[in-house]
Amino acid sequence: MPTKSRKDLQGERLFTASQWQLMWWRFTRHKLAVISMVVLLVAYGIALFCEFVAPHDPNRYDARWVLAPPMKLHFVDKDGRFHLQPFVYGLKSKRDLETLAMVVVPDESRTYPIKLFARGDPYELWGQFANDRHLFGIKADDQMFFLFGADELGRDSLSRIIYGGRISLSIGLVGVFLSLIFGIILGGISGYYGGVADLIIQRVIEFLRSLPAIPLWLMLAAALPPTWSSIRIYFGITIILSFIGWTGLARVVRGRFLALREEDFILAARLANAPRMRIILRHMVPSFASHLIASLTLSIPGMIMSETALSFLGLGLQPPIVSWGVLLQSAQNLRSVVLAPWLLLPGLFVVIVVLAFNFMGDGLRDAADPYAM
Amino acid sequence: MLRYILQRILLFIPTVFVISVVTFTLIQLPPGDYITVYAAQLEASGQEVSEQLLTALRGRYGLDQPITIQYAKWIGNIVLYGDFGQSMQWNRPVADLIWERLWWTIALSLGTLIFTWIVAFPIGIYSATHQYSVADYVFTFIGFFGQGVPDFLLALVLMWLGYSWFGVEVGGLFSAAYKDAPWSLAKFADLLRHLWVPVVVLGIAGTAGLIRTMRANLLDELRKPYVVTARAKGMKERALVWKYPVRVALNPFISGLAYVLPGLVSGATIISVVLSLPTTGPMMLRALMSQDMYLAGSFLLLLSTLTVLGTLVSDILLAWVDPRIRLG
Repeated sequence: MPTKSRKDLQGERLFTASQWQLMWWRFTRHKLAVISMVVLLVAYGIALFCEFVAPHDPNRYDARWVLAPPMKLHFVDKDGRFHLQPFVYGLKSKRDLETLAMVVVPDESRTYPIKLFARGDPYELWGQFANDRHLFGIKADDQMFFLFGADELGRDSLSRIIYGGRISLSIGLVGVFLSLIFGIILGGISGYYGGVADLIIQRVIEFLRSLPAIPLWLMLAAALPPTWSSIRIYFGITIILSFIGWTGLARVVRGRFLALREEDFILAARLANAPRMRIILRHMVPSFASHLIASLTLSIPGMIMSETALSFLGLGLQPPIVSWGVLLQSAQNLRSVVLAPWLLLPGLFVVIVVLAFNFMGDGLRDAADPYAM
Repeated sequence: MLRYILQRILLFIPTVFVISVVTFTLIQLPPGDYITVYAAQLEASGQEVSEQLLTALRGRYGLDQPITIQYAKWIGNIVLYGDFGQSMQWNRPVADLIWERLWWTIALSLGTLIFTWIVAFPIGIYSATHQYSVADYVFTFIGFFGQGVPDFLLALVLMWLGYSWFGVEVGGLFSAAYKDAPWSLAKFADLLRHLWVPVVVLGIAGTAGLIRTMRANLLDELRKPYVVTARAKGMKERALVWKYPVRVALNPFISGLAYVLPGLVSGATIISVVLSLPTTGPMMLRALMSQDMYLAGSFLLLLSTLTVLGTLVSDILLAWVDPRIRLG
């Protein structure tokens, strides 16, 4: 009995593979998109477990370490001995003899090795599980661990960036989810029924897209009552952001509906007397779901950037909520940036996440139509 | 053609009407009317607030009347007398405050638009005609980067680098020496020296997008049979590219006006806050912070009207350039 060659097997697998399997294969060919997906998975994983990953409580402050520069990781100590486990030096306040201002400098007499699963500030994971183990940290009661420096109140920037990630990353998802609901309903009506409904919805979309977004958002955000709790402000901001965000998704949905309406299999379903909802949900939605996922991925970075911009201007989320935009507020003027450039670090994370989403969305878009080759 | 233009202009009027209604609603949204806030402010500064003054003020803005009458009064004053109401924060008519800043916003947005065109045009053509060359990859990378970096962050980083490397403060539009000086050539040169930072920061995202569209369009066009035919007939490559495909692929430059302009005006708002430019952005932000809703609302009204006007102009231009649109 002749054995099948490797190539034949591959060919057979190709013929019998499901649509999603084909898309996955296509997607994995786009290396940058796969790397981006890994980056995003890590970022969302960190955001999910931020209490555990962050070395400190984001609100713990110490007036002695105001604007402390980032600690350097050392492997070689003063005596020239090599340590496999990196360590950091402690900090001390010193008066700068030139400017006569107090500055925080490393104190080389105290060394702190960095430990995995070190005990530190107590926290409650998801508000449920009390613990005091952190992914990494230093063992010291009197010394805080500033890998990314400290802010103007002496809080740990790294911990705040990690906690801020939870808000900034989730606001993108929640906002896009809201936009998706509006987009599917309105775009679906527009594309499936056509006629007057289509005309009105298209005009509304054109109108919203021709407005300058930031001034409009600012106006809407300023109308949120200042008495609202943080969580209500959070949802208020996501609703404001999806106010314009839905238009893009509605266009995608409408375009797909219009194209699919003419397809033979829809006509067949209609002739078989399938009810309208069944045609939409069973036949139409699965065939454009992949396109929709790609468009969704591509619209998340816009949401994240918008939230960052609004919060940066002081009209989005407000402290004590920590988001990347809120953190960047302290870097708003040139003087603080020159004095403490590490305050710009939250911006680096915005850029990484936004680029990763863009690359992954590009890969998904290419993979969305695996039969197109 | 004329019919198309008339149609578009007729559509413009209800659009501006909707903008004004939206703006008015937003002005009314915060709790308490403008007079209550004003009275509280006067009291806080130790001045006596007479009931008479408040009633007079309420009457002037029609605050004692139903909301539709209030709207009619507000928009009527704007259209007929150019009266946008009173700014509480500045204690001056809004109309006195906004125009100069509005001109700066328009100048900055248009300047950036021109920059975007000048940069994107040659790069787009080069990227398409030299697809997958090293330069094409470089431009693609810059394009992705430009779209991925929030513009205000770019402004902050440029300011920081400018200060710590070259010791120059890149904020503002003029050096201190020229700030209050009358217009002269030297002052204009000084303006140009400062203007490039906001223009580059603001333009990079739009430029990146435009290059991508220009490249994609031109690539589609270059693969069409008529190009092959012309090449087979021995037409010079340069003449071939410039004479036909480029002209067809040029559409996004004009239609882009409609997409790019709202983004530019929107981006200019936040850039101006970071770089402290005398445009509408910082003033609108301050107005919103102190709940000076008439001032903020006027900015929203005018900026939105301007972008919609830009869309109108781009639609007409596009119809003029591309017959498929006015006949379709």
